[in-house]
Amino acid sequence: MSTVFIAFQTNEETRPIIEAIVEDNPHARVNEAPAMVKIDADGRLIVKRSSIEERLGREFDLQELHVNLISLSGNIEEDEDQFVLVWKN
Amino acid sequence: MDMQVAKKKLGLKEKYQVMTRDLNWTPTYQKMEDIYPYVHYEGIKIHDWDRWEDPFRLTMDAYWKYQAEKEKKLYAIIDAYAQNNGHLNVTDARYINTVKLFLTGVSPLEYMAHRGFAHVGRAFPGPGPRVACLMQSLDEMRHFQTQVHAISNYNKYYNGFHDFRQWHDRVWYLSVPKSFFDDAITAGPFEFMVAIGFSFEYVLTNLLFVPFVSGAAYNGDMGTMAYGFSAQSDEARHMTLGLEVIKFILEQDPDNLPIVQRWIDKWTWRGYRVLTLVAMMMDYMLPKRTMSWKEAWEIYFEENGGALFRDLSRYGIRMPKCAETIRFEKDHLSHQAWCTFYNYTAATAFHTWIPTEDEMQWLSAKYPDSFDKYYRPRWEFWREQAAKGNRFYNTTLPMLCQTCQIPMLFTEPGDPTKICYRETDYKGMKYHFCSDHCKEIFEHEPEKYVQAWLPVHQIYQGNCFPEGTDPSAEGFDPLKAVLQWYNVVHGRDNLDFDGSEDQRNFAAWRAQATRNV
Ligand SMILES: [Fe+2]
Ligand SMILES: [Fe+2]
Repeated sequence: MSTVFIAFQTNEETRPIIEAIVEDNPHARVNEAPAMVKIDADGRLIVKRSSIEERLGREFDLQELHVNLISLSGNIEEDEDQFVLVWKN
Repeated sequence: MDMQVAKKKLGLKEKYQVMTRDLNWTPTYQKMEDIYPYVHYEGIKIHDWDRWEDPFRLTMDAYWKYQAEKEKKLYAIIDAYAQNNGHLNVTDARYINTVKLFLTGVSPLEYMAHRGFAHVGRAFPGPGPRVACLMQSLDEMRHFQTQVHAISNYNKYYNGFHDFRQWHDRVWYLSVPKSFFDDAITAGPFEFMVAIGFSFEYVLTNLLFVPFVSGAAYNGDMGTMAYGFSAQSDEARHMTLGLEVIKFILEQDPDNLPIVQRWIDKWTWRGYRVLTLVAMMMDYMLPKRTMSWKEAWEIYFEENGGALFRDLSRYGIRMPKCAETIRFEKDHLSHQAWCTFYNYTAATAFHTWIPTEDEMQWLSAKYPDSFDKYYRPRWEFWREQAAKGNRFYNTTLPMLCQTCQIPMLFTEPGDPTKICYRETDYKGMKYHFCSDHCKEIFEHEPEKYVQAWLPVHQIYQGNCFPEGTDPSAEGFDPLKAVLQWYNVVHGRDNLDFDGSEDQRNFAAWRAQATRNV
């Protein structure tokens, strides 16, 4: 199966985001590189707004992800509540 | 009295609809083909521009908000880095040469990308791609400006930074990235999008930015890390635009497939050839390495690119043809490139060096099938010669590939001991190539590539000397004259790192920073 990934800068803003992704995607693998965290997952990866908000204790707009985003792969499906990366094969 | 009615906040989809598509109108007193003259001649057929999907649905107001936040973060770090003499915290001064290569080779391309996206955004009749291209055009201007700001700090202390813009236009190895982008920007709007938006941004950009930026982080260069990550944060959007372009074009008409496939084959190869500079940076120029070029290629091209092309196979797209050649070259590319620069460093605006014993061990471990057999013996020989006072600087000019403009340094697929030469005749002239792929690209559009400004040819024609130079004068030194025309200072900007002013200054300043002298 094809791997999708998302990579963020390592900092205080991304820590709760990464924690949320790890919890919502039990099949994901976390790779830490210098100053960067890359999360790989087979087929599909979901980022849920509610899980991030729970950790942050405030409202979160998924477009805020862009501020600390480094790279990603996969087709993107996004709405207000979730951001999904997926390969359709 | 007006009643205040609480309006429901628009959802992402509706907001995007209102703030992009609804700003578009159909002209009544001008013809569409007069307003958009470039959309047909490449042969791409588009029937319905409204089918364009922008998965991020970013609107201009949100765009400004998030970009402003990125800039504030970035400049806070750049200021702190400068105030704290951060440049003295890099692993060793050899590292700074990677920043020189980046500023002279890559940053001017950011500016060209700004121009390119502004141009193609104007050329597309659909509001969706037009807004996306406008945002990318602004991003690219930001990348160029922030890189120049961040790197200008190095120019206060080190050589090899002082005339980067002119070098990009004149210096022989910089014609490689320059001609790559000039080639893209002089293509039609759809080809530009496939070239830069898809092949470069989606397929190859991870290989440029991720290793370079984590390399900077690993080597203590916070300034470069900051602008690199800031630029990269726009990259997810650029990559997505590139992928959407491909899907959109392919869904519009089956006749588009062979045109797009040819562009993917061409531009993956063109982009890969430019990345030769990144390969040698990763394997030879970073004092502390993150991963080898070969490993980066396997993760970001073979694995991720593999997934991407499997996904696109539902449209009939296949892996770029050059993937097989590249698979063979991955064991050799960085070594052949750094050997060449070590030879020609009298004519470069950065320093080179022989890898240390530790570094050679790292190379042996990362390249078990090639380093000890083909490249270690060369380095040991050159090291021996240098120790005896026979450091050889090659001052003759190499033959260049007509398409990628790289010297003929690559070897035959399957035989790393034999240089690969290809040639073709066109209108009574002979043209030379580094590979089958570069030859094929030329043969498809010879009228374009016969116009290439090849640095070596230009030097031989006498076009690269300061005004008033007399090449027939007694004792004429062509290299000296070319360096003057470049504005590269001989003995300061070029030659070995060992014995350079950069090396001496860095050692002295670092000593001052750690001792009471
Ligand atoms: Fe850029
Ligand atoms: Fe070539």
